[in-house]
Amino acid sequence: MKKNSENNPKKSTRRDFLKKSLATGAGIAATGGLVSAYLDTSAAESGETVKVLSTDGEIIEVDKAHIRYPRVSRKESREGIPGKKFVMVIDLARCKNARACVEKCQEGHHLPKSQEFIKIYLLQDTENTAPYWFPKPCFQCDNPLCVSVCPVGATYKRSDGIVLIDSERCIGCKFCITGCPYSTRVFAWSDYPEYDEDTQPYSPESSSPGLEGTVSKCDFCPDLIRVGKLPYCVAACPMGVIYFGDIEEDVVTNGSETYQFSELIRDRGGYRYLEVLGTRPSVYYLPPVERQFPVDRGFDGLDEEVRSRYDNTPYVKKQKKR
Amino acid sequence: MANDKQSSLLEEFIPQIERTSFIQAIWIFFLLAVIALGFYALYLQIAEGHAVTGMRDNVVWGIYIVNFIFFMGVSYAGALISGTLHLFRAEWRKPIIRMAEFITIIALLIGPIYILLCIGRLDRLQYLVIYGRIQSPITWDVIAIATDIVGCFIFLYLAILRDLSAIRDFQDAKIPNWKRKMYHILALGYQGLPEQKKRLHKATDIMAGMVIAIAVIVYSVLAWIFSVTLQPGWHSTIFGPYFVIAAVFSGCGVLIVVMWLFRKIYHLEKYITRKHFVNVGVIQLVLAALFGYFTFSDYLTKWYGSERNDELLIQLLFDEYFWLFILSNYVGVLFPMIVVGIPKLRTIGNITISAVVVILALWINRYLIVVPTLESPYLPIQDSRTEWMFYNATWIEWALSASGVAFFALMMTIGSKIIPIINVSEMGDKPVPEEEIL
Repeated sequence: MKKNSENNPKKSTRRDFLKKSLATGAGIAATGGLVSAYLDTSAAESGETVKVLSTDGEIIEVDKAHIRYPRVSRKESREGIPGKKFVMVIDLARCKNARACVEKCQEGHHLPKSQEFIKIYLLQDTENTAPYWFPKPCFQCDNPLCVSVCPVGATYKRSDGIVLIDSERCIGCKFCITGCPYSTRVFAWSDYPEYDEDTQPYSPESSSPGLEGTVSKCDFCPDLIRVGKLPYCVAACPMGVIYFGDIEEDVVTNGSETYQFSELIRDRGGYRYLEVLGTRPSVYYLPPVERQFPVDRGFDGLDEEVRSRYDNTPYVKKQKKR
Repeated sequence: MANDKQSSLLEEFIPQIERTSFIQAIWIFFLLAVIALGFYALYLQIAEGHAVTGMRDNVVWGIYIVNFIFFMGVSYAGALISGTLHLFRAEWRKPIIRMAEFITIIALLIGPIYILLCIGRLDRLQYLVIYGRIQSPITWDVIAIATDIVGCFIFLYLAILRDLSAIRDFQDAKIPNWKRKMYHILALGYQGLPEQKKRLHKATDIMAGMVIAIAVIVYSVLAWIFSVTLQPGWHSTIFGPYFVIAAVFSGCGVLIVVMWLFRKIYHLEKYITRKHFVNVGVIQLVLAALFGYFTFSDYLTKWYGSERNDELLIQLLFDEYFWLFILSNYVGVLFPMIVVGIPKLRTIGNITISAVVVILALWINRYLIVVPTLESPYLPIQDSRTEWMFYNATWIEWALSASGVAFFALMMTIGSKIIPIINVSEMGDKPVPEEEIL
């Protein structure tokens, strides 16, 4: 651990600003002892460092391997990170189905390969409009039907906008799965393979793994947010398709570029998917204009199994006819 | 006090209770074997997880929920038919209401088991009470079904009380002592005194009204589980009344089949005549018309001013599910109407066949409500393993479905061994004078 002596305010980017603010949020929630609670210096160093904000208000650089994601109490995990309202913006002009988001998310949440929290659709709105790749995380709706229909309060809406699932309370009735109009939720049909889990107690914030017979879904990675990191999918995307941020502070970042949320939505014609349903999602899309890749690039380098998943799409069917 | 007619009736029906024939024993053994197979399937499902079923992330509810709706619907037969006929003092009802009441209570015990089979964590069932939230339609359902079970039990018990006391007082019955004791306890000291008679009559009237109301609520709540969601095929205001009508309709079908079977087995030709089949057949005809009307309204509005997803659903129904759709929503409506509508065709055999068609049609109707809707969600099913896209029930699910039917048959058989399948006491009563009818 070394102190960041070159903390030049002029060099500080918007990204740092966001990270700082996210980490501060975590600091408030954990009330003191941030660094000691979240760091485990006994682990072997990985060589990669990340910047975090200490409780003294200083930015410090720590080794990546030393960070322990905080497991907040069940009560805290129900309340959310104070003063935050998280939002995601997905730039459809950039997506080429690289699937890094899918894979990183599966890895981070210890999901089996058969299950995804983020899916990538090949949508084509009408016959005469162009097809495009459409990454779909959970929309973390502000009017979530999944939460309304849950008979035991296992899934809930937090003050920071995130909809979480408490896998230890879920009875597995699957009503929320049919309640979600975006097919976001997945069910643990059989036991997941074993994985190395640290000894910390379970927290709904880490969403992993879906216990057999319960429902799980994309969670906006609140455990990463608490330590000032971006969700797995955002950090993994090589194209910077996914922006993540805080609507209260009006800022979103994809890790390398940072924008004012309201400006980005205004200038790029941002919208929410299926607004007509009244679920009020927290995920916005930027329309696929001035694309960076032709849609066919999305099939490059796909496994045969993954490629076959798109066989039923109108676009692929049409291509095959030719 | 037992009158002459009643005791002569009892004399006729008591052998039914006194002994079990060899064929009946084989029949019971067969049913137990089917139920055992179901238990084995259940064991596999619990041990290996829901992965052994055909349900996956897209179609998360399969034939279990279809069976749930189906049995709950069947249970409505007795509630409405015996309740309504009781209140209207319809004389002809007397030989068949006992069967209707048996159907109600037995189907009501089986139905909820199927919703339990859909639940991933049965070990956490108590959370429904501990953490119950009133805004969830599942909680409404738990409350409604629990109330329904209690209500129907009371109604059935009141309906068999007089027969229980009659058997207790019937000295010639060749039944073991423990059985006699059982009747003694179950009869609750009912002696047929005028005051007791009056009270029992009043209580039965109240409960008859109650079970009708409760059953309407239960069935509407069940429909709302589907219609409160945003799924294109389910989000319909008509679902409440539609489900209620469909329920009575299927219950009617089951009642006719049960009437036919018991008539054959216990030689009840003297009591259950063509008139009964025609009368219940006419009720079935009216319900077929109503059911057809609701089905037509629902699909017409979906098809005519169709949103994109309604269009996809209709396409799927008329494409993949064409024959099932025709069988359930055309044949199932028209066949019972034609059979009863044309006087020449109104034979006991024909009406029973139409009832079998109705039962099949209604089961398929529920399948078509549940499965194709889940196969055509707002976001097209993509990026999930291709073998997960469509639903095919596995043998586990079929075995558990079959064992539900077997359990129904078993309970009907055992029920008829404890209480005469015809309401002996009411048959012995004098007909109610017309001016006393409501």
